[in-house]
Amino acid sequence: MPSAVTNASNFGFAGEDDATAGRELTYIAAISEALREEMRRDPRVLVLGEDIAGDFGGAFKVTKGLEAEFGARRVMNTPIAELGFTGMATGMALMGLRPVVEMQFADFISCAFDSIVQFAASAHYRHLGAVPWVIRAPSDGGLRSGPFHSQNPEAWFVHTPGLKVVAPGTPADAKGLLIAAIRDDNPVIYFESKPLYRTLKGPVPAGEHVVPIGQARVARPGDALSIITYGTQVREAMSAADRLAAEHIECEVIDLRTLKPLDTATILASVRRTSKALVVHSANQLAGVGAEVAALIAGSAFEWLDAPVMRLGGLDTPVPFSPPLEDAYRPDARKIYDAAKTLASY
Amino acid sequence: MTRAEKLDLYYWMRLTRTFDERMLAHWKQGRGVGGTFSQRGHEAIAVGAASVLAPNDVVSPMHRDLGAYLVRGMTVREVFSNLLGRETGPTQGRDANLHGMSSLDRGLIGYISHLPHSLPVALGVAMSFRYRGEPRVALAFTGDGATNAGLYHEVLNMAGVYCAPLVIIVENNQYAYSTPCHQASKVQSISGHAKGYGLRTTTVDGNDVEAVRDVALEAVQRARAGDGPSLIEAETLRMLGHAVHDGAEYVPRELLASWEARDPVVNYRRKLESGGAKANDLDAIDRRCRDEIEDAVAFAEASAWPDPSTVTRGVYAV
Repeated sequence: MPSAVTNASNFGFAGEDDATAGRELTYIAAISEALREEMRRDPRVLVLGEDIAGDFGGAFKVTKGLEAEFGARRVMNTPIAELGFTGMATGMALMGLRPVVEMQFADFISCAFDSIVQFAASAHYRHLGAVPWVIRAPSDGGLRSGPFHSQNPEAWFVHTPGLKVVAPGTPADAKGLLIAAIRDDNPVIYFESKPLYRTLKGPVPAGEHVVPIGQARVARPGDALSIITYGTQVREAMSAADRLAAEHIECEVIDLRTLKPLDTATILASVRRTSKALVVHSANQLAGVGAEVAALIAGSAFEWLDAPVMRLGGLDTPVPFSPPLEDAYRPDARKIYDAAKTLASY
Repeated sequence: MTRAEKLDLYYWMRLTRTFDERMLAHWKQGRGVGGTFSQRGHEAIAVGAASVLAPNDVVSPMHRDLGAYLVRGMTVREVFSNLLGRETGPTQGRDANLHGMSSLDRGLIGYISHLPHSLPVALGVAMSFRYRGEPRVALAFTGDGATNAGLYHEVLNMAGVYCAPLVIIVENNQYAYSTPCHQASKVQSISGHAKGYGLRTTTVDGNDVEAVRDVALEAVQRARAGDGPSLIEAETLRMLGHAVHDGAEYVPRELLASWEARDPVVNYRRKLESGGAKANDLDAIDRRCRDEIEDAVAFAEASAWPDPSTVTRGVYAV
């Protein structure tokens, strides 16, 4: 399993991690590697977004060095016009290109909402054609970035027919899911975790590494209960599970990896084995992805349940800025530990 | 233009007009499905602009551009079937009336109701041509109402900065549903404010098909040569309501009367006759259009409804 980088101050940009001996990469380096490898492999792949070109290489430096290798034609800076450049990506995709759009922050994806949910998502159903673009959306908080640089808006898109939605929780999946998303013929929204960018390092296969869309992963086997989660909270859940294991409570951790289409078989198989489920995500709990997972379990594993399905998510508030407020707002390993312990003793 | 080319323009406009009249009659008889949009007043813009494209160019019409669909090779059978929600329409019952009537192999990208939203898509199409170094052009239509949306301005700005091979036609029909232009924008010249984004702009009489064709041809040639995007404001009046349900009582009668005298189809026929075209030849075109439309209506009504068991089919490309 991936190891956490111990230096907490590494949230910043110091300590760029490249491929090292033993092929461990940070989460963010795995994203960059996926982009570079796909651009080398397929001349139809291009990247576009705000501030992504040149030596600057984007607000988080994911695209640093790409223009030098692939030229301005394939690494396009855009004006601050998310609605316009997302629609532009749809036109490119309809003509057979494979644009990867960088939203500077997932929070800004709302500016592009119409282009995504109205035009692109419905295009194939309306017999227009396939729209093989990817939107990379740097999401999640805990970084003291306030209401407009911390959001997790995945539920909006899971609710929209025609889209696929993925949210990797490890460096290997960050690479493998991005490659799968680029090769997919449908519009895919790829939620990448900002908190994991430079704080999570793990093994990443070199070269061809595709993680199929729609397949969850058992991140840790256990029999006491199932913790079903994704993205940043995978690490938190693993940390909570380690603590509980020391108390002889073995949790199974399911990393969903793909939020749409949901891997219902893996979820149900786990819950039918453990008979208890805790669903966790950073996004607001109300009407979040976890609500759908809970409904799935209630509808299809009712007879196996020994306890009500528990959910843990962000509060029904904007994401607050100040550390004590943000900590109160979002789930973390301690809250998962507490909830799992309560559930285990139900 | 040759005599044959002129007769072609007349044919496409007359086909649009005859379709429109037959469609409205169908709806008044209660045989329509959902709503639908009249084309009356827009025939010359759609036909004139679409007629200058090369076969591998791409066009994104709006809901008053039936003429553009027809010029690009979509048949009246297909279109009427789409209006009636049948399996034989290009959306196979997935989308209504002229919405979403796409056919990529004929270079047609259907629009969605959110009107300026075809514009960034057309820009992306144009940029894909640039990306591959192909001498192709994207042509996009939108309306005066859409020019007040922020997205319109985003696209004009990006088209300019990327020097995209894109031509935008703004059909200024003076009303966005019930709201006249002067209530929606302080600026009354659409081509005037488009200049501010560095686009080449023109204003043209949208009821004069040859004039529309001339300015569109120049803009398309410029785009094809790599000289960047253009915007054409084509002026007309929407002669009927926003959609078939709308009596448009809010449009002053005198205004309608003055534009009725400028009817693009009637006047073009007159112009051709005064230029030496035989009335018999033009009558033959009119008859041919009527026959084609009657055939299309019969075809659509005899066409199968989509099978309800296919309702979930096609959400994703597989």
